[in-house]
Amino acid sequence: MRVLTCGDSGVLVEVADLGEALALQAALDEDPVPGVAETVPAARTVLLRVAPDAPGGVRAVAEAVRRLRPRPGALPQGGEVEIDVQYDGEDLGEVAEITGMTEREVVRAHTAARWTVAFGGFAPGFGYLVGDDRRLDVPRRGESRTRVPAGSVALAGGFGGVYPRSSPGGWRLLGRTDAVVWDLDRDPPGLLVPGTRVRFREV
Amino acid sequence: MADRALEVLAPGPLATVQDAGRHGHAALGVGASGAADAASYARANRLLANPEGAAALEVTMGGLALRARGEVWVAVTGAPCPVRVGGRGAATAEVLRLRDGEELRLGPPARGLRSYVAVRGGVDVPAVLGSRSTDVLSGLGPRPLSAGDLLPVGEPPRAFPVLDAVPEPPVGGDRLELGVVLGPRDDWFAPEAVEALLGREFEVTGRSDRVGMRLAGPALPRAVGGELPTEGMVPGSLQVPPDGEPVLFLADHPVTGGYPVIAVVRSADLPRAAQARPGTRLSFAAQPPDGP
Repeated sequence: MRVLTCGDSGVLVEVADLGEALALQAALDEDPVPGVAETVPAARTVLLRVAPDAPGGVRAVAEAVRRLRPRPGALPQGGEVEIDVQYDGEDLGEVAEITGMTEREVVRAHTAARWTVAFGGFAPGFGYLVGDDRRLDVPRRGESRTRVPAGSVALAGGFGGVYPRSSPGGWRLLGRTDAVVWDLDRDPPGLLVPGTRVRFREV
Repeated sequence: MADRALEVLAPGPLATVQDAGRHGHAALGVGASGAADAASYARANRLLANPEGAAALEVTMGGLALRARGEVWVAVTGAPCPVRVGGRGAATAEVLRLRDGEELRLGPPARGLRSYVAVRGGVDVPAVLGSRSTDVLSGLGPRPLSAGDLLPVGEPPRAFPVLDAVPEPPVGGDRLELGVVLGPRDDWFAPEAVEALLGREFEVTGRSDRVGMRLAGPALPRAVGGELPTEGMVPGSLQVPPDGEPVLFLADHPVTGGYPVIAVVRSADLPRAAQARPGTRLSFAAQPPDGP
């Protein structure tokens, strides 16, 4: 674990891989560091935004982080959501080909896997999901689509995701959901906040 | 319709509604946004005895014209621009009364980039995720102002202004020195990059907005090749993309970024940074994270 500072307003904690980043976020959930206004998890880092009035500033936060002992394999806290999916995505056949499974086996693997939202980014409401079935690790499409419809359920680069709104995208589309993953009139607006456990259900 | 409102006659090059920001949603990719020069914005609200966080107008390079509906009290701070109330000259950093139907007009500022027009009671447009700020990157919040917009004015606070005027610190200028703390990714750069950052000048280019200022200057060569996994960013980050022109992140910066940050401008210097117009020469002075 490397503890880096971002000026006087952030502490960036770098770890070896996504598993360690999740365990670190879990440790921060369990044992919040005083003076941290919010955390921004990413693939190999967690950024701690330090409140302007935090006693001791970034130095105190950095010291407190160094004392954390993340438990390997721990996952951040979060609620659970089930997402209903119609598995009629344009890339389902391709994903079957890449993974060496049949289309039905891909659907079964996707619905059986336990997913956790690791971090956000790309667009408001987009959550990067990590699952426990490595067979579903497929690369991005060679070429991005200019428009992926809102609610598209997709895979790429070892992650799963649901497009919060229509946008360009290069992930492989398995299907679509009516679940609203981003709603500004809801609190919190995002369904897939980091730490959330996700199960996909075929409808 | 609100009893009191401000009618936009002309927005100038860019005018937006801004407040103290949209906090707490960074994990889902929503940035803080808010007034780029938070110090000038706060001063305008204080003059009017508004609560902290009351929404005001951020006016880029002047040009804003408003007409009052009902009597409203306003104050203009930040980049010093010629102010006219009902055709008469008026001062910045002072409490100004607009009678019903009277116009407020801002000319182009002599120095600096962003002026703030606060109104007693605050601009009462609907909040999105707890903030009325326009985030030009994510598109959240009200649209930038356009002619014909009617901005409702909120209930005035109980407190009354105690000062008619406040001293304004100097804003803008041809040259600006900003304090930076090296890192978090200064080790991705060759030693001569850090020397150039701290020893040479950079010019603010025209490709600058509320997201960030693109800077032209000496090359900042990397010591480490390859790609940085996307990571969280703070305002003031000096991110260096492969083309070598650093970007100084301002209020609407992306929550995460994929290029290494060589240094971060100190929070206290960000309001001054946000007043640097294109052509301004910036220099960076290294400071320890917790001093002075």
